[in-house]
Amino acid sequence: MKKVLQKAYLALILIFLYAPILTLMVLSFNASKSRAKWGGFTLRWYQEMFDSSTIMDALYNSLSIALFAAIIATLIGVLACIGIQAMGKGPRAICMTLNNIPILNAEIVTGLSLMICFGAFGISLGYGTILVSHVAFCIPYVILSVMPRLKTTSSAAYEAAMDLGAPPIQAFFRVVLPDLMPGILSGFLLAFTMSLDDFVISYFTRGRGINTLSTLVYTQVRRGIVPTMYALSTVIFLAVLLFLLAQNFLPQQLEKLSRRHHARRAHE
Amino acid sequence: MSKRFGKQLLAGPYLFWMIAFTIIPLIMMGVKGLTDSQGNFTLNNLMAMGNPVNSQALILSLELSLISTVLCLLLAYPLALILRNMGSGSNSLIVFLFVLPMWMNFLLRTFAWQTLLEKEGVINGLLSALGLPGINIINTPAAIVLGMVYNFLPFMVLPLYNALAKISDDVINAAHDLGANRAQTLVRVLIPQSLPGIISGITMVFVPALTTFVISDILGGAKILLIGNVIEQQFTVSYDWNTGAGLSIVLMIFVLASMALLNIFDKNGEGTVL
Repeated sequence: MKKVLQKAYLALILIFLYAPILTLMVLSFNASKSRAKWGGFTLRWYQEMFDSSTIMDALYNSLSIALFAAIIATLIGVLACIGIQAMGKGPRAICMTLNNIPILNAEIVTGLSLMICFGAFGISLGYGTILVSHVAFCIPYVILSVMPRLKTTSSAAYEAAMDLGAPPIQAFFRVVLPDLMPGILSGFLLAFTMSLDDFVISYFTRGRGINTLSTLVYTQVRRGIVPTMYALSTVIFLAVLLFLLAQNFLPQQLEKLSRRHHARRAHE
Repeated sequence: MSKRFGKQLLAGPYLFWMIAFTIIPLIMMGVKGLTDSQGNFTLNNLMAMGNPVNSQALILSLELSLISTVLCLLLAYPLALILRNMGSGSNSLIVFLFVLPMWMNFLLRTFAWQTLLEKEGVINGLLSALGLPGINIINTPAAIVLGMVYNFLPFMVLPLYNALAKISDDVINAAHDLGANRAQTLVRVLIPQSLPGIISGITMVFVPALTTFVISDILGGAKILLIGNVIEQQFTVSYDWNTGAGLSIVLMIFVLASMALLNIFDKNGEGTVL
């Protein structure tokens, strides 16, 4: 009885979570523009979506910004972790507090403060300002992913490598980096998804004439019924599903690889 | 020593980026909020929150975000408990199912509810096909609460689940052996032990709900103003950046105060982030 109730509860919440998304998917194939009537099956909205240069431009902007922001944030974040690790207790605590600010701050405040700042320095808003802002809110997530791994990586292996004659750089790339890899990868993916999903900060730092997917959806939805948005939702949901499956299973694979790598090294 | 300093320098780009694009913008916002358009010091922008339209928006935001947070907690705690009790194994896939919608584009998720709730929307279409009377909650506070709960529920589930999964079965069995019934185990063992998760879940739902302007815009039909909408319109409609910044500062004080209040309950400070 209790098991049945539990299953029923899980099912109800799953319906609550997925029904809206499934509705959008069904409507994306609806020939009628009405939300309440089924007018037959069509792929017209997908055709219109792929033909729309506005949507494709926004898609390109979102993906390229997410990719660049994630790469830059990962580079800066990994370097920062090594630097912070070498610091004394006080400066390290300051850095970690600093790190929490963008995570805990309300998005509207982060976005508006950046907009005010760019305005005050006469920097015109556009692709560059979105990218710079995305890097700023992505770095903390990279640090949160990499820092715990760096703490558990013993410095003994690194020092042993140097005792055996490896220059520090080589010791880093051959010993420390492989150990950090799962953390770096999950930090990178987290940064990528955070950037892709962001609306508020992009909205305030984008200026006119440039859209990301989120800002495009916002303007389209405010204008009224746009069936191409249903098609877009379906494509995005499927992409997110694939992406997350990869994100969940890739780090495990990497972990295995890195362990095997170590085991082989120990063997030799 | 010098080698260590060399290593510390690697944090340089990070410090530069954080100072240039987080700290300085916040300071500039503070300056903007405390000056008038001529650049003279004033407290009028902060006082603007006292203006009835703005204070009503703030109170409504506090109300709706509080209701949403409580609803999320009530829905998510049993869910997280069930997920925890299912044990490992098939479990990671199920947890994955519950957090997956969190990564679907936030705007599209809100848009989905607009599609469902509209007067000529999907739910009313289905109801009238069945010969039932339609519901009319679009453009009401109820629709906004629904949108908040829907969007932020996974943010509550995840920390609760993580906190509950850490509690060992032995602890729960010990409580049972010592004569505690289910309710007592829940109140005396599970809830206190999962407190960091509860706190972090509340923060992750309350803060975005309090400061949102998107959900109220799409599901409230621009008729219901939350404090986020008021601030957004100061910047994008009336171009009064000083007042907008002043109102943002007051909003930030509310956010910080609520987090400080929550931190009192969280002695270990573990639950602050994620």
